[in-house]
Amino acid sequence: MLELRNIDKAYAGGRQVLTSLSYLLQPGEYVAIMGESGVGKSTLLNLIAGLDSPDRGEILINGTAISSLSDNAATRLRRKEFGFVFQAFHILPHLTLRQNVALPLLLNDAAVKHAEERAERMLGAVGLPGRAGDFPRQLSGGELQRVAIARALVHRPALILADEPTGNLDPDTAHEILMLIRQEIKENGASGILVTHSHAAAATADRTLLLTKEGLSPAAQRIK
Amino acid sequence: MTASSSRSTLGLWLLSGEWRAHRLQIAVAICAIALGVALGFAVHLINAAAFNEFSAAARSLSGQSDLQVRGVQSTFDESLYPLLAQRPEIELANPVLELDVAIPGNSGDRRNATLKILGLDIFRAAIISPDVIGIPDEDRLFDMLEDDAIFLSPAAMGWLKVKRGDTLQLRVGTQAIKLRVAGGLVRTRAGQRLGVMDIGAAQWRFQRLGQLSRIELKLVRGIDHDRFKTALARDLGERYLVTETADQEARVANMSRAYRVNLNMLALVALFTGAFLVFSTQALSIVRRRSQFALLRVIGWTRQQLLRQILLEGALLGSLGSLLGLGLGYLAAAGAIYVFGGDLGSGFFSGVKPRLHFDSLAASVFFLLGLAVTLLGSAAPAAEAAKAKPAVALKPGSEDTALSRLANPWPALTCLGLGALFAGLPPVFELPVFGYLAIALLLIGGIALMPRLSASIFSMLLSMMRRMSGTLPALALARLANAPNQAAIALGGIVSSFSLVVAMAIMVASFRVSVDDWLRHILPADLYVQTTAAGDARGLYPEEMKSIAAAPGVSRIDFFRSSQIMLDPARPAVALTARPIDLTDPASILPLTADVMEPSLLPEDAIPIWVSEAMVDLYGFKAGTRVDLPLGAPGPAPSSGRTPPAFIVAGVWRDYGRQFGAIQMRLSDYRALTGDQKVNDAALWLESGVKPEQVITWLKRLPFGEALEFSTPGEIRTLSLNIFDRSFAVTYLLEGVAIIIGLSGVAASFSAQTLARAREFGILRHIGMTRGQILGMLGMEGACLTALGIMFGSMIGWCISLILVFIVNPQSFHWTMQMSLPWRGLAAVALTLLALASLTALMSGRHAVSGKAVRAVREDW
Ligand SMILES: Nc1ncnc2c1ncn2[C@@H]1O[C@H](COP(=O)(O)OP(=O)(O)OP(=O)(O)O)[C@@H](O)[C@H]1O
Ligand SMILES: [Mg+2]
Repeated sequence: MLELRNIDKAYAGGRQVLTSLSYLLQPGEYVAIMGESGVGKSTLLNLIAGLDSPDRGEILINGTAISSLSDNAATRLRRKEFGFVFQAFHILPHLTLRQNVALPLLLNDAAVKHAEERAERMLGAVGLPGRAGDFPRQLSGGELQRVAIARALVHRPALILADEPTGNLDPDTAHEILMLIRQEIKENGASGILVTHSHAAAATADRTLLLTKEGLSPAAQRIK
Repeated sequence: MTASSSRSTLGLWLLSGEWRAHRLQIAVAICAIALGVALGFAVHLINAAAFNEFSAAARSLSGQSDLQVRGVQSTFDESLYPLLAQRPEIELANPVLELDVAIPGNSGDRRNATLKILGLDIFRAAIISPDVIGIPDEDRLFDMLEDDAIFLSPAAMGWLKVKRGDTLQLRVGTQAIKLRVAGGLVRTRAGQRLGVMDIGAAQWRFQRLGQLSRIELKLVRGIDHDRFKTALARDLGERYLVTETADQEARVANMSRAYRVNLNMLALVALFTGAFLVFSTQALSIVRRRSQFALLRVIGWTRQQLLRQILLEGALLGSLGSLLGLGLGYLAAAGAIYVFGGDLGSGFFSGVKPRLHFDSLAASVFFLLGLAVTLLGSAAPAAEAAKAKPAVALKPGSEDTALSRLANPWPALTCLGLGALFAGLPPVFELPVFGYLAIALLLIGGIALMPRLSASIFSMLLSMMRRMSGTLPALALARLANAPNQAAIALGGIVSSFSLVVAMAIMVASFRVSVDDWLRHILPADLYVQTTAAGDARGLYPEEMKSIAAAPGVSRIDFFRSSQIMLDPARPAVALTARPIDLTDPASILPLTADVMEPSLLPEDAIPIWVSEAMVDLYGFKAGTRVDLPLGAPGPAPSSGRTPPAFIVAGVWRDYGRQFGAIQMRLSDYRALTGDQKVNDAALWLESGVKPEQVITWLKRLPFGEALEFSTPGEIRTLSLNIFDRSFAVTYLLEGVAIIIGLSGVAASFSAQTLARAREFGILRHIGMTRGQILGMLGMEGACLTALGIMFGSMIGWCISLILVFIVNPQSFHWTMQMSLPWRGLAAVALTLLALASLTALMSGRHAVSGKAVRAVREDW
């Protein structure tokens, strides 16, 4: 599904963030990545999504090197194959929940009616039935993150990238959200990468990796 | 369903969501564009309506003739007529005597009023100009030839308050004559004031025996017009002009062109300010939505899709604004024509009543202009948004970096340099095209330099502040210094509007002061006497001059003879004034410029003339040049074989009265040349202690005293300045519009900014700032920005006014003026603007702090 080969990444100003990083993510695999703040987890996700390009090395998605793609091709790939969940939700404030969730489907040229119906079903699935016409300002943080998850999964992407999706939530809500993500990934047969600081959160993934200056390595504990 | 429909649905959702949430800003942007388009369209419609009506009226008088022959002076001897009528190429020759006859009456409104009267040979005119033939009563067909009958157009009847059968009293020189209103005219244009008489009757009644104004020619079919025109012109010699109707239209067009173009330019400047406002609204709204766009990019929007969406938004804004503007412009034009008449009080198109036509070509041009301006305003921020790295743009606080390219000073400096270069270029087609370009570049360059300048100035202020205490000013300044690009956008609105206000105010003030000085200079006498009114009224005879000169208490009297000569058929006639001029000291009565000949160097063999500045620009009459003027004894022979007298330009003087040129010469020279002994006006100097009223009373008792009009220099000055103010009223309107646009710019950018800063305010509220403190900070930011804007605006405005005063005005109106600054007025406007802008900033900010602080943190992230 996803293969990282000898990735180097430095930011302007010479700060070396990732050095010679390699990893192979199997289809249907859901991993959690942990690591201290500033080590480059978000940077790694950006690289995978094609939002930034590595200084050296290759990132292959289903065999294609994403850095070799043009901006438009990378965008099309993202639009079809990726789903994103952010710590800061990033729900468009002036669209209804239904419209927010339907966005990826419309971007993939789905018919509007179908997109809206599926968005509503998706909202129901994440525990927000009947609220499709509400605006984001009427929701709590946990509810907003559910909307974000619905949006990330609505178009059945092959790879879900979640960057600290529960960083802003209380532990109970966080757990619910994480289980929701896991459930949706597994139902769709997708792969997923979850970046988190919490061991409890990491425990909801298939396995946990630790990102350090040396690279990605399996963390001690894992659950099935 | 197709892919494109789902994408357009997405676009629609985003657009409607955004517009619903920010109705006020959208409305402001639409209004700004509408205002600019409306102004431009209205000015165009008014000018076009007045101009069309004026030239149509002028054309209807000359009917369907192929060529017209006129004299270089206003009339010529009728002995030319049989010579022309006999020529085989000419099928019909129609002699016309056209007079502007004074209407007696002392009401101010009628003071300089004249009625145009055509003397026609009814049988010939019926073929060439059938519209302007009188309609007699059925039982009085011979009224057509009666010597006391005049036929009036409906507008003339209404204006003179007479009807068929009434007696009409007119004045010719010092004599009153009575005519009978015998009926109407076949067809005239609405509002056209015209009277028609038999030509013989007109010559006799108006003391023009044997004289004609023009002869209209209809050529035998098959004759080559151009060839015949050239041949005839050669045969007739330089004392006659052979013109076509096209020349006449060119003359009308030339007459008002500079005025029309200038108004149009001013309107375009307003459109430009509107465009700037749209740019700032769009830029800020895009900056505010930066992370939304970034998100859309992350989940799969391509650059092109993002770009298209933003441009579409701009196009929609532009279309709505332009449409609204067209409607508003049409209404404004209709209102202005109704209230002020077609010339907006400037006097360029008097005596006609224009009708407004919805000009669909111009409407499309202004629509596209509005649209293009909006798209241009959206293009730069759109390109920036599309180029931004989505991963970076998703993080909060990156708004100002979005605008960081604004800080590059080079484009701005290039604009300024080009502007300075253009300011030095000569006019194109007698229009100051480069002058206006220079103004536009100056404005653009000046505004584009704002981010850089404001950043350094605010940081400097901030470091000075550090030594003092006070959190609020420090916070306000820190914000302005660290986010200089957003500040610069608000600043740009103020700078552009205030600089326009300053420029126009300085220009109008300079002009007014110059006109005032000029009036003082050209009106040195204590009392001026005119024979009633302007036009072709015949003047005072030598005996009458003697009786006036005999008035007690008069120490000196100068008589004037004014007439017009036509030097170029495509240009309006040049005014010729003959008066006593002291060869050794012409400056005592003429407002001379520096372009003057030393009196001792004047040659013996040439007659000195003094010309207005327009003569230099239009005809090349520089001081010291020898020129030919078609002046001499009126005679029937077209080519008498005499060598024409030579003239020399002895000096150039300033004339704000006639932009088409004026010549002054000595009365003695004029009399010797033409044999014309009559005069029109007199200037009287009184002995000390004598009051003008005493002299007026004495002169009124003269047998022809009724026909004299008196004015003191004070009255003339007041009247002239009133006319001046009226014709510049439209610039005050433009200044008002500029201020409104500028203020709405402040409103737009502050409300956009405060929305974008909702999170910042939320945080400040969280850490313990009161709502009042936040508002205080906002007000302070507004005041600082406006103060800086006013400072830069004054500087740019001053530069623009230099261009207006020293380049645009001389190039379009052919007169120079001295610069004067209306300090007090400008200071008042500046203070008002400062107060209003701070208030606006406060009001726009109130919304952002009114909600719960918690919600503020979440709104728009
Ligand atoms: N746009 C940027 N320019 C320069 N440096 C950056 C930029 N973005 C991130 N960095 C730096 O790169 C390093 C890695 O950042 P990154 O955001 O990937 O960390 P992270 O592992 O996600 O940390 P956290 O757990 O706190 O989110 C940090 O030291 C950060 O300062
Ligand atoms: Mg991170």
